[in-house]
Amino acid sequence: MRRIISVLLENEPGALSRVVGLFSQRGYNIETLNVAPTEDDTLSRLTLTTVGDDHKIEQITKHLNRLVDVVKLVDLSEGAHIERELMLVKVRATGAQRAEIKRCTDIFRGQIVDVGPTVYTIQITGASDKLDSFLEAVGDAAILEVVRSGVSGIARGEKVLSL
Amino acid sequence: MELLSGGDMIARALEDEGVEFIFGYPGGAVLHIYDSLFQNCKVPHILVRHEQAATHAADGYARATGKPGVVLVTSGPGATNAVTGIATAYMDSIPMVVLSGQVATHLIGEDAFQETDMVGISRPIVKHSFMVKKAEDIPETIKKAFYLASTGRPGPVVVDLPKDITNPVDKFEYRYPKSVKMRSYTPATRGHSGQIKKAVQLLLEAKRPVIYTGGGVVQGNASGVLTELAHELNYPVTNTLMGLGAFPGDDRQFLGMLGMHGFYEANNAMHHSDVILAVGARFDDRVTNTPSKFCPGAKIIHIDIDPASISKTIQADVPIVGPVDSVLAEMLSLVRDARKADKSLPDAKALDIWWKQIDEWRDTHGLWTKPRYDTSSDLIKPQEVIDTLSRLTNGEAFVTSDVGQHQMYAAQYYRFKHPRRWINSGGLGTMGFGLPSAMGVKLAYPDSDVVCVTGEGSIQMNIQELSTCTQYNIPVKILNLYNGYLGMVKQWQDMQYEGRYAESTYENSLPDFCKLAEAYGHVGVRVDKKADLEGALKEVLAMKDRLVFMDIHVDPHEHVYPMLVAPNGSMRDMWLSKTERT
Repeated sequence: MRRIISVLLENEPGALSRVVGLFSQRGYNIETLNVAPTEDDTLSRLTLTTVGDDHKIEQITKHLNRLVDVVKLVDLSEGAHIERELMLVKVRATGAQRAEIKRCTDIFRGQIVDVGPTVYTIQITGASDKLDSFLEAVGDAAILEVVRSGVSGIARGEKVLSL
Repeated sequence: MELLSGGDMIARALEDEGVEFIFGYPGGAVLHIYDSLFQNCKVPHILVRHEQAATHAADGYARATGKPGVVLVTSGPGATNAVTGIATAYMDSIPMVVLSGQVATHLIGEDAFQETDMVGISRPIVKHSFMVKKAEDIPETIKKAFYLASTGRPGPVVVDLPKDITNPVDKFEYRYPKSVKMRSYTPATRGHSGQIKKAVQLLLEAKRPVIYTGGGVVQGNASGVLTELAHELNYPVTNTLMGLGAFPGDDRQFLGMLGMHGFYEANNAMHHSDVILAVGARFDDRVTNTPSKFCPGAKIIHIDIDPASISKTIQADVPIVGPVDSVLAEMLSLVRDARKADKSLPDAKALDIWWKQIDEWRDTHGLWTKPRYDTSSDLIKPQEVIDTLSRLTNGEAFVTSDVGQHQMYAAQYYRFKHPRRWINSGGLGTMGFGLPSAMGVKLAYPDSDVVCVTGEGSIQMNIQELSTCTQYNIPVKILNLYNGYLGMVKQWQDMQYEGRYAESTYENSLPDFCKLAEAYGHVGVRVDKKADLEGALKEVLAMKDRLVFMDIHVDPHEHVYPMLVAPNGSMRDMWLSKTERT
């Protein structure tokens, strides 16, 4: 099962490599990874998605917690949460296709953020599966380049991941 | 406040931390530090002959004393040579602080001479690591390193020190912190009392209980309370390879070691148990054999300081995260209360049947009820060497070992009475560990017998330390069980590869070890007749102030038994001899 694990990490050199190293060292998979500083500049927030059964996820969270640079973590997929990923896609857009791609972008509530004579660059945000669906709708033939941010997430309601 | 250079701060911090020995080797990147040690440090430094030996010596010191071992090495090859020793300490959760030199800050990343990314290389084998970027941070970083290394689940911590921050010119205010706090590091200080209650209830209802304890009981200084609890309940106790000594070897309730080369009675008791109390042990693959066939009828209580060790390979029914000493103490008092309230606990009749069964296993195949090796052979049997050593030293010597058959014989036949006396590389299985670790132990306990049980393969992996022993007069005793083969490799080749000895023999290339020891200024004693063994061993042990290399020529074709049948075996599936299987 796919899980979203969100980690508050000391904003120290090498902290990220400890997290990433743990995954390769113990044979766990990282599907997406996203990390940036928080409002407290001593902390980074790292969000990763991984796939595994309950036993594996328990091991992953225990081993992450064991890292001295990990301050706190939460498995967001255990409760109600909001998941977002940002994607930039450059697509070939010529002739009749230009209108078709524009329409498709509107349907997915994306934006065309750059226009060239033969290409559009589209920005689209949402849960990962929505981004997948957009790519499917546009079709491989038109896609020139895809950049995805990896998943970010936050719990719904009052729950907060902070010190 | 006092002004000190970076190098002086390191020297002073080690003093303030109460460090007794530094094991190290100088080089370009640590010369400022060495100059500070030379001028301003009361802590003795032991100059080893290879950085791997520095880490093993510090490791031996730490295992024997419970205090963190301290290592100082230079950058590049000095640091990489230390890696095997750091990994050894990591696998066995041994507290150690490794100070490694680094090229000057402005050269980092330039592929400078003797540069290596030590923090990167050591990352998977340390509890934590630091690179110090500013000299002002040295005292606090060193304090943190010792704090991390020695608390919670102990382990090695690397502190990488770029040369420029240790220069003698720039001086800074020095204050060594009494304690440090880290918001991201909070090891458990006690177990969950609800879980402990549940565990006690389960334990008292057991009909076929077994207490299975590991290195955590030794490291966590819990052998006293473990012994009390076991006696209170009259339950059998088995120790892992790392846990030997945690329960007295001469106690009737002791079943010996369990696992791959564990005792017949210990492995059978585990397999047939209904409740297992696992303390400071991690259900290692060398213990469980095939996990799906592990102890089919047992409910498992698992106490460990490290939550990641619980339910990692075997699911625990009652997990308890906490320091083993306080958890066991709490359990003991609950057990006493419960027995006061209900005198029928635990079920004496069931326990009696269980003990009868265990004694039957002991009588049929136990290693301590009668010799299971061929006593009529003219050749010296390696088991007999350890048996004799154990008897002559009354189970009270410090025994270090390397890795292989000799290690298993030592674990099986030496009857350790006390914790911290059995010093071996259990997790990583590092050949070359025995002699340098013995040095660390002997320096800590100069008046005790320290014996390194080794083989001619392992000893040659750090034999250069004979020179260190000469320089510092470290009179350890080396028992080389010479069989002319890499014995454990040969055993597997005998059992699984139809005796094809791929690269496991030395073809008459071995040195005369006695002469070699003599060349270093030590005493060499060769024994190849069975009749001479006991007398020679007595004489050697009596030479208190000399290092003696005892080269004991043993039966080259002996195998270690019992041995768990793998793959797909359970804990009761064992080879008992070359021909006999359960």
